[in-house]
Amino acid sequence: MSETVESVSALIIQKLLANPKVPRDIDGNCKIMEDLAFDSLAVMNFVMEVEDTLDVSVPLDKLADIRTINDLAKCIVDLKNKG
Amino acid sequence: MTSLFSKFEGTASALGALVEAGGRNPFAVVIEKPISSTVGLIEGRETLLFGTNNYLGLSQSERAIKAAQDAVSKYGVGTTGSRIANGTQSLHRQLEQRIASYFGRRDAMVFSTGYQANLGMISTLVGKDDYLILDADSHASIYDGSRLSPAQVIRFRHNDADDLHKRLKRLDGTPGAKLIVVEGIYSMTGNVAPIAEMAAVKRETGAYLLVDEAHSFGVMGKKGLGVAEEAGVEADVDFVVGTFSKSLGTVGGYCVSDHPELEMVRLNCRPYMFTASLPPEVIAATMAALEDLADHPELRTQLKENAARLHAGFHRIGLNASRQVSPVIAVTLETLEQAIPMWNRLLDLGVYVNLSLPPATPDHRPLLRCSVMATHTAAQIDQAIEIFRQAGLEAGALKETVA
Ligand SMILES: Cc1ncc(COP(=O)(O)O)c(C=O)c1O
Repeated sequence: MSETVESVSALIIQKLLANPKVPRDIDGNCKIMEDLAFDSLAVMNFVMEVEDTLDVSVPLDKLADIRTINDLAKCIVDLKNKG
Repeated sequence: MTSLFSKFEGTASALGALVEAGGRNPFAVVIEKPISSTVGLIEGRETLLFGTNNYLGLSQSERAIKAAQDAVSKYGVGTTGSRIANGTQSLHRQLEQRIASYFGRRDAMVFSTGYQANLGMISTLVGKDDYLILDADSHASIYDGSRLSPAQVIRFRHNDADDLHKRLKRLDGTPGAKLIVVEGIYSMTGNVAPIAEMAAVKRETGAYLLVDEAHSFGVMGKKGLGVAEEAGVEADVDFVVGTFSKSLGTVGGYCVSDHPELEMVRLNCRPYMFTASLPPEVIAATMAALEDLADHPELRTQLKENAARLHAGFHRIGLNASRQVSPVIAVTLETLEQAIPMWNRLLDLGVYVNLSLPPATPDHRPLLRCSVMATHTAAQIDQAIEIFRQAGLEAGALKETVA
């Protein structure tokens, strides 16, 4: 299975849209905390769901550098390629 | 020019709303003076204390008070130095030996607070290529320790040994040691860790295990050593971290371990090295409180009975209280509009509990967090339940039918 930044980003958006509070018009450039009004705990909990779907663990220290949906997708793809 | 303080505007407006909604700042309650371990003077009224973590009532121990008085007369009020410089007196080593021997372990390190014990142990034990595997609902001191460490930090779902196993399995083949960190009793919710299952995962995966028994020491297990003793898996725990500020009623933190390398941790652990050691009177009082704890196992039996009484009472009147019985009993409310007036009414009517608000709570709902004590009388517990019923009805958190 080979994920790309595009496919992971699409999967993240799909998961986010399952939450009715998330704006409908999000894209890969949206900032997770600012644009989606997630606090740091909500981000960590959301990332856990993505981790389970893609069978990968994103260390918390990496999370600190992530701002947009595409940043998260890129980080996950990098982690998967490394592993 | 940007104001240094603009980052506090969110907190200021949230606090403003909180005070507006309830009439008090819940973070500025003053206990004018303790009258006993279970009653304090608040706003001039005698108030039942159900939120102090003073599980055995030992903050008022006669033996500890006497020991502190003697130590202060003999040694003075402070050490004015760090543990690795001029801040270690024979009392500090004595306390370390007593704590270690009470746990049946090789050695102990005593820190100035439990917060620093977690900060110090967690940040020092794991290095750059190592992994820290934390329970998602870990205490702030554990998260802060993880931020101070250079290790990779991974969270697993709260109290979920299968999830822990899955996340450790994902790391199969990666270099670096793995350190699992869990708490015995979780401070906000009173949830008890399934420690036997966690220990099994540890054994299978070859990870190390650190257990923070802050709220379970003195409370669970035959000798009061915590959840690992209760579950019979002490041998699987590499490091126990704890605090003197709850069941022992004083202040300070510790780590006990059988690993001889603990001696080297002392020389690498910044929150141990770069702060002054505990004053002699605190050390002496803590040793005395430890004797109380060892000599009075009936305090733990009484604490269990009291916790069960409050727990049953809350469920009887229809409150959404913790599922498990432990000395930490959290009442979950749906909205701030219920929680704030209810907490204020409780205090008006003479019961002090902790108000915990999201995002500091696990599932974004407010909690009224209660801690039970061995020294509460049955009458005090029943009175607290009745006051919860009245405040719950007034705040719309309870319906009249469940009287
Ligand atoms: C789980 C847990 N660990 C550590 C601590 C820190 O203890 P101390 O009060 O000694 O700093 C606390 C209490 O605040 C706690 O709840």
